[in-house]
Amino acid sequence: MALEYPEDLKYLDSHEYARLDGDIATIGITAFAVDQLGDIVFLELPDVGSALTKGETFGTVESVKAVEDLNAPISGTVIERNDPMVEAPEQLAEDPYGEGWLLKVKFEDASELDSALSASEYQSQVEGE
Amino acid sequence: MTNHSEEMHPIASLFRSPLYDLYREAQARIVPFSGWEMPVQYSGILPEHRAVREAAGMFDISHMGKFAISGANVIDALQQLVPSDLSHLQPAEAQYTVLLNAQAGIIDDLIVYYQGVDTKGEQRVMLIANAATTIKDREWLLANLPSSLNFQDLSPTKVLLAVQGPQAVSLLQTCVQEDLSQVKRFGHLEGTVLGQPGFLARTGYTGEDGFEVMVDPQTGIDLWRSLLNSGITPCGLGARDTLRLEAAMALYGQDIDETTTPLEASLGWLVHLDRKGDFIGRTVLEKQKQFGVARKLVGLQMEGRNIARHDYPVLFNQEKVGVVTSGTLSPTLGKAIALAYVPTHLAKTGQDLDIEIRQKAYRAIVVKRPFYKSTAIPIL
Repeated sequence: MALEYPEDLKYLDSHEYARLDGDIATIGITAFAVDQLGDIVFLELPDVGSALTKGETFGTVESVKAVEDLNAPISGTVIERNDPMVEAPEQLAEDPYGEGWLLKVKFEDASELDSALSASEYQSQVEGE
Repeated sequence: MTNHSEEMHPIASLFRSPLYDLYREAQARIVPFSGWEMPVQYSGILPEHRAVREAAGMFDISHMGKFAISGANVIDALQQLVPSDLSHLQPAEAQYTVLLNAQAGIIDDLIVYYQGVDTKGEQRVMLIANAATTIKDREWLLANLPSSLNFQDLSPTKVLLAVQGPQAVSLLQTCVQEDLSQVKRFGHLEGTVLGQPGFLARTGYTGEDGFEVMVDPQTGIDLWRSLLNSGITPCGLGARDTLRLEAAMALYGQDIDETTTPLEASLGWLVHLDRKGDFIGRTVLEKQKQFGVARKLVGLQMEGRNIARHDYPVLFNQEKVGVVTSGTLSPTLGKAIALAYVPTHLAKTGQDLDIEIRQKAYRAIVVKRPFYKSTAIPIL
């Protein structure tokens, strides 16, 4: 199965992505991460209003076998959480870049993403794994 | 994401089953496990789990320890090493039991298959044990069994295939000459598999009906292909773990080890103090039986969605009182389930406890084991 790496996203090597739109970042995990995890059975995300700090853990995703921390690609305040995914995390795999987003965050400093990877950088990194 | 699961460190030379190339053909994801390169999943843990509960799945378990022992009094000799009474085993019957050290700690759990007396008047027994403990078991058995017995380690030379699920027996039957429906649960026979000799036992590690089949490597390869063609789902270690946990079967090295006794591990049903004489570890078990054990392995069900995992603390009144040994989301029940050691006074069914998950406490309740019981297992 060919995995997608949308051009408009910024990627972390720990497999989170951020999509910027004005001062809002949509955060999720990549198709590669979903493929590696296998069946996702649990998702824990912070409440709306919580603060995210770049590089720090903001939540957890679990497959049947693995527990993974989610790392924040950018600092900001959570303005929306994808509760349908928390309720039915198995659906995350179907559309990780669309319906399967995790958080929308209001951020202040877009330059925090300067060190993040482009689509092609991320793709070559994970496909080399 | 940052991984918190236990990772096995790849070591220089890993064993490969004779079926290794077939895993790859079947698109397996392969991981190091107990010194072997093993398939953790093929189509996915959940679909494989469902296949075994609803139809049939097959697992390559060639990595497991396999010992053939024969001699004048094999059963009597083995009686000294296990807490179970083997003297009532009839030919073609088997007993799940444990090897104990002097402290009654579990060296391994295994199945003793009594094959009866051969033409030379010698008793024959097959033992199937865990992969990671094969060398340790062999050393223990050789040190503690009379040297007059003939001991053969078949581990590296045989393929062992577990075919499990409500349709397993009828699908396997097409490859086997003997009538498998006549074999009782825990029964076994030496039969003919695809025209070749094989050992077939109605045992497993999934909580479903099925057989474990031991054959030569080439027959194993042919059997795998035949079963795959008949629609049996290839399954990996991931599904094997969720299936055995729903059936509340202990995993050696995780739920039981040399620091746990069978009475602590809630394996009291295989401790037969009244029915047999001395054995290694008996003194400790007698004391534990008389005065009780301080802790017990119990089944837990989480109230919410959070999943208790191996090594998570068990809390009572905000204090750590025990530890989770195995935990997962039960695919069949849709609930998070776990095995945990807790103080005996907190081990009763219905007891409320908490599990500490990422510094927060989540409610769990002690429930009856097994978590799942098949209705399809025949009581013959």
